[in-house]
Amino acid sequence: MIEAVGLHKTFGAVPAVVDVSFVARDGEITGLLGANGAGKSTCLRMLYGVLTPDGGSARIDGIDIRGETSTARAHLGVLPHATGLYGNLSARENIEYFAALQSMGRRAARSRTDQLAVALDFREFIDRRVKGFSQGQRIKVALARALVHDPGNLILDEPTNGLDVMAIRSLRAMLTDLKAQGRCILLSSHVMQEVAALCDRVVIIGQGRVLADGTPSAIREAYGGESLEESFLRVQGDAGCVR
Amino acid sequence: MRALMGALLCVFRKEFLENLRDRRTLLSALLFGPLFGPILFGLMISRMLNQSAVDTDEPLRLSIAGRAHAPGLVSYLESQGAQLKFVDLSADGARLAIQSGVEQVVLVIPGDYSSRFAAAVPAPLQLVADSSDSQTHKIADRTRMLITAYGSGIAQLRLQVRGVSPLLTMPVAINEVDVATPTGRAVMVIGFMTYFVLFAVLMGGLYLAIDGTAGERERGSLEALLSLPVARGNLVGGKILATCAYMCISLTLCLLVFVCVFRFVPLERLGMSANLRPGTALAFFAICLPFVPLGAALMTFVASFTRSYREAQTYLAAVLLVPTMPIAFASIYSLKTKSVLMFIPSLSQHLLMTSLLKDELIAPLDVLVSAGSSVLLALLLIVLTARHWRRETMLG
Repeated sequence: MIEAVGLHKTFGAVPAVVDVSFVARDGEITGLLGANGAGKSTCLRMLYGVLTPDGGSARIDGIDIRGETSTARAHLGVLPHATGLYGNLSARENIEYFAALQSMGRRAARSRTDQLAVALDFREFIDRRVKGFSQGQRIKVALARALVHDPGNLILDEPTNGLDVMAIRSLRAMLTDLKAQGRCILLSSHVMQEVAALCDRVVIIGQGRVLADGTPSAIREAYGGESLEESFLRVQGDAGCVR
Repeated sequence: MRALMGALLCVFRKEFLENLRDRRTLLSALLFGPLFGPILFGLMISRMLNQSAVDTDEPLRLSIAGRAHAPGLVSYLESQGAQLKFVDLSADGARLAIQSGVEQVVLVIPGDYSSRFAAAVPAPLQLVADSSDSQTHKIADRTRMLITAYGSGIAQLRLQVRGVSPLLTMPVAINEVDVATPTGRAVMVIGFMTYFVLFAVLMGGLYLAIDGTAGERERGSLEALLSLPVARGNLVGGKILATCAYMCISLTLCLLVFVCVFRFVPLERLGMSANLRPGTALAFFAICLPFVPLGAALMTFVASFTRSYREAQTYLAAVLLVPTMPIAFASIYSLKTKSVLMFIPSLSQHLLMTSLLKDELIAPLDVLVSAGSSVLLALLLIVLTARHWRRETMLG
């Protein structure tokens, strides 16, 4: 479970996140939806603890990320905005490097990597250097890297960016599997269809605030839009975000 | 504790491996620093030695046109050991011959030389040479000196014949006392050498220092790394350790090449007893070893503040010059080895290596202070770097 409680963050004089509270539950995919610059990435970065909130707190499975950083992080897998793999290392080496930094033993890391290679279907290029990988191949490896220590919670920042339709479909299938395993998945996106198709719960952010929070159908009903996209525009319009 | 060391070693292993696979940067780091420096040094020294040899050892080779007009001068030059070549050229012809490279220096004796010489009015001589050529410049200088000596000899004879003491023409006599020892001259040369050694040390770790900091940020891998449950100090420590490893490799290569180069450069001719024996090279390695973590920490520290690979390269190019400053300062003020100077890194290594090359005794305390101050400064920089890595601005 991932909880944001009254998160607040200012860069210089610019408030990026004003007051964000929401809960992403286990066994659900929660989508953080918002336009570019709405504060999604800042929110996520506070949740996985690379940014310090000016106010409020972030909790992973009830553990405060600022208080017990290492313990909280051990419960968390992160796929940041850029996949950020090391080009001169093979897919396996990339994953096993992070496994070692998560204090996993060598043998455990190896078998876990093999297991993920089967689950995420990248056995055929597991020992090739990442340098020449396509974006779709990279996202699989980066996802495996985030999952190597078998975390109960997963944060993904715009995971579908730069993926083609096939890769998006396979990513969706992977995330649905992970959800079925009872994990808590939090992803950010600015693509409506993606969120509508994938998420059990949607948190809409605009200008650093939570504008709406609920299941896609509840949001559609509350704002009376035919589709989630229309509702999204209405939510943004109500908040004065669309000019 | 084991977990802490585990993370540090894990980062070290990965950084070492990744840099090893980057063939192009590896080649440039391990070729440019450790090989280029010593070889350039060897060429420079050989050239210097050859040039100074021209002054003294080789006979003066001079072409003379119009020898018949001045048999006295010609026999004087021959008596001074000059190897004369007699040519038949006018002043203009001599100029053309030099411009076309046929002749180097031509002394032209005009037809009116003998009559004016007999009448005791200044007899003209033309020395044709290209002063922009450093080789012929020396020949012309030596010729001029010989002719001046010949002229003053003749002048003294003339005065004596007229009953005047030649001493009257010498109201003052100057005696120059040059205390420069050949070893003293060689100190500047050694200064170059020690700088090349320190340069090679830094070059060996330069790319890794950039790649592990600004490179990680630029590739976008830093954020994932920073979200792991690993203390930032361990990340920084592992990276600096890997940088140190490559710097040691570079230092070893550099010293090996220097040992080879010194076999071909006759430094005894500069009055240096020194030949870089393998034992001395080992001592050099030991002296430079404390400089390795300092250099690695300094480069990593500076690179941590830069946003891109390119920016890091710009700043680190300046860092490469930092160790020259104390050394340049030392040669300008010709500093001698003093214990208080052992507190200054790079200068202390320079002074210790110089002492070794000159076969001077080294105080163990000096070695200790040199190593201690470098390592302490390195630790300080590592702590500062780790502290910077804990800031959120690290993400850029």
